[in-house]
Amino acid sequence: MADSTGDKAVSQKENVETRRDFLMLATGAFGAFGMGAAIWPLIDQMNPAADTLAASTAEVNLKPIQVGQRVVIKWRGKPVFITRRSKAQIEDARKVSLTSLVDPERDEDRVKKPEWLIVVGVCTHLGCIPLGSKQGEKQGEYRGWFCPCHGSHYDTSGRIRKGPAPKNLSVPQYTFVSENVVKIG
Amino acid sequence: MSKIGSSNPVIKWIDHRLPVFTFMQHELHEYPTPKNLNYFWNFGSLAGIILVTMIVTGIVLSMHYTAHVDYAFDSVERIMRDVNYGWLIRYVHMNGASAFFVVVFIHIFRGLYYGSYKAPRELLWMLGVVILLLMMATAFLGYVLPWGQMSFWGATVITNLFSAIPFVGEPIVTWLWGGFSVDNATLNRFFSLHFLLPFVIVGVVVLHIVALHTHGSNNPVGISIKNNDDQIPFHPYYTIKDLFGLGVFLVVFSWFVFYAPNYLGHPDNYIQADPLQTPPHIVPEWYFLPFYAILRSITFDILFLEAKLLGVIAMFASIAILFILPWLDRSPVRSARFRPVYRQFFWILVIDCVILGIVGANSPDDPVFSGAKWFQYIHLGMISTAYYFFHFLILLPLLSIFEKTNPLPTSINEPVLGGGKATAMAAAKPMEKA
Repeated sequence: MADSTGDKAVSQKENVETRRDFLMLATGAFGAFGMGAAIWPLIDQMNPAADTLAASTAEVNLKPIQVGQRVVIKWRGKPVFITRRSKAQIEDARKVSLTSLVDPERDEDRVKKPEWLIVVGVCTHLGCIPLGSKQGEKQGEYRGWFCPCHGSHYDTSGRIRKGPAPKNLSVPQYTFVSENVVKIG
Repeated sequence: MSKIGSSNPVIKWIDHRLPVFTFMQHELHEYPTPKNLNYFWNFGSLAGIILVTMIVTGIVLSMHYTAHVDYAFDSVERIMRDVNYGWLIRYVHMNGASAFFVVVFIHIFRGLYYGSYKAPRELLWMLGVVILLLMMATAFLGYVLPWGQMSFWGATVITNLFSAIPFVGEPIVTWLWGGFSVDNATLNRFFSLHFLLPFVIVGVVVLHIVALHTHGSNNPVGISIKNNDDQIPFHPYYTIKDLFGLGVFLVVFSWFVFYAPNYLGHPDNYIQADPLQTPPHIVPEWYFLPFYAILRSITFDILFLEAKLLGVIAMFASIAILFILPWLDRSPVRSARFRPVYRQFFWILVIDCVILGIVGANSPDDPVFSGAKWFQYIHLGMISTAYYFFHFLILLPLLSIFEKTNPLPTSINEPVLGGGKATAMAAAKPMEKA
C-alpha cells in the first residue's frame, strides 16, 4: 500500500490481479468455510441421535417358531419378518430363474441358513407394511407377502415379483449368536 | 409531510415519525382498484383472513398439544374432550385447512381464467405458487401431529418419496426421520416446522401484496386501468364487498365446523398410530388427491429412470409448471372472456383436475365403470395426468399463436357505462346499471 496511488490506478485499468483481489478471495473462502462449519451441526442434528443408534439391535429367540411360521418383531421402529421356511418354500424360492426377477438376487445370497429368512417388513415402494405374516392374511400370487397399498407381490424369499415396488425386501445385518438366538442389527 | 386527513395531534405526531397511518390510508383506503371486479376477487382477502385464523387457532392449540409419540394422540383427545372450547378451536383449525385450500384453489383458477399471471404480474403469480407450496408442506406436517393411523402412514409414504432420489435418497430419508422410521424425533421436528412455516407464509404473503399493489389488481376484462373513470378507491367499495363475501364464507364454514366437522377427514385418523399395522387404504387429505393421482400414474421406467422417481418428478412438476406459466401462455389478451378457444380448454382443465382428484381417492386397480373391468383408475389417472401436462406445455403455447381473440373494449369503463354489447346487456337488466 506504500506504492503511489498512481501505480494502483494503472494496475486497475489494466485489470491486473492485485493484492486486494487475493485478500478478498482468501477472506471470502475463509468466511465460506467458517459458515459451512457453523451450519453443519444444524444439519447433522437431524440425523439419528446416539440413543437412537444405540437402540438399534434386537435379539430374538427362534426356538418357539414352528416350521412354516412367520413372526414379526420390531427393530429400529419397523417390523422385521422372520420366517422358518418349509422345504417347499425354500424350493419355491430357489427354482426361479434370475432373469425373470425384477431385482435379480439368488435366494442363497439372501439367507445365512436356508431355513431362516429374515427380511425388513417394509415395502420398498413407499414404505407400507406388506401383509402375509399373520395367519389368514393375503400372501399374494407368489405365496410370500402382499402390500395392500399399491399392490406389490413378494415371493418366499422376500423378492419383488409383481407390482410397483422396485426392490426386494431388504435383508438386515444379522448374526446367529447361538443355535437358537439371532441378533439383528 | 403527512398526507392523512386526521386532525388528531397524536396521530399526526406518530405519522410524522413513523408513517403507518399514511401507509394504511394509501394501501387500504385510497388504493385505486378497477371498478369492475366480480366476486372471484374476494378470494384473496378471504385466504388472508383464513391464514390469520389458522395462526391464531394453531397457537392456542399448541398450548395444549404434546409432541411425543406416547402423548400426542391423547393430548389431542384431551383438547377435544376436556379443554374449554378445545373441540371448537380444533375443528376450526382442522376445517380451516380444508377451507384454505378451497379458497386458494378458486383464487388460482381465477388467475388462470382472467390471465392474472401475465405481464406485469409474473412475479406476483410466482410468489403465489411459492405460497401454495408452503401451504402444502404446512398442511402435510400438521396432519401428522395428531398421530393417528393416517398421520403416521401418510408421513411414512410421503417421506419415502425422497428415497426415490438416486444415491442420496436413503440417507436423506434417515435424515428427515432422525431415525430409521417415522418416530418420536420425526414428530418433534414436524411440530417445530409446522409452527414455523405459517410465519414464512406470512412473509411471502407480504411480498405477494407488495407486488400486487405495485401494478394493482387485474380485472374481469383484463385490460389495464387507463384513467380515473376506470377505478374506485378500495375503501369503502371493496372493503364492504370483501366483508359480504366473508359473511357468505362463514355461513358455509360454520356449517362444516358445527354440523359436519369430520366430513372431510378420514376416520382411521382417530385410531392411534401403529407402526406395525398399515391401514388397508392410505388416502391423503382431499386437497392432495390430484397430486397423489399424478404421483401414482407413472408406472413405467423411462431409460434409466425408475417409475418411482418419475412419479415424484411428475408430481412436483405439476406445480413447478405454474412457475413458467407466464412464458408458456404468450397470448397478449389476458381475460378468457375475449379468448373463445382458451375459455373452453380452461373448463376442460378444471374437469381434468377434478377427475385427477377422483382417481387419487380410489384404488388404482379398481375399474372406473363396473361394466368395463379393463378400464381401471390407473388408466384414467394416466390419461388425465397426460392431459394436465398437455394443457400447459403444448396447448397454451399453440393457442398463443393460433387463437383468434375477440376485440377488447377500449377501457374498463366502457362495458360498465355503455357501448356495444354491454349496452344491450345493460338495457336488458336496467337495475344492474344503477
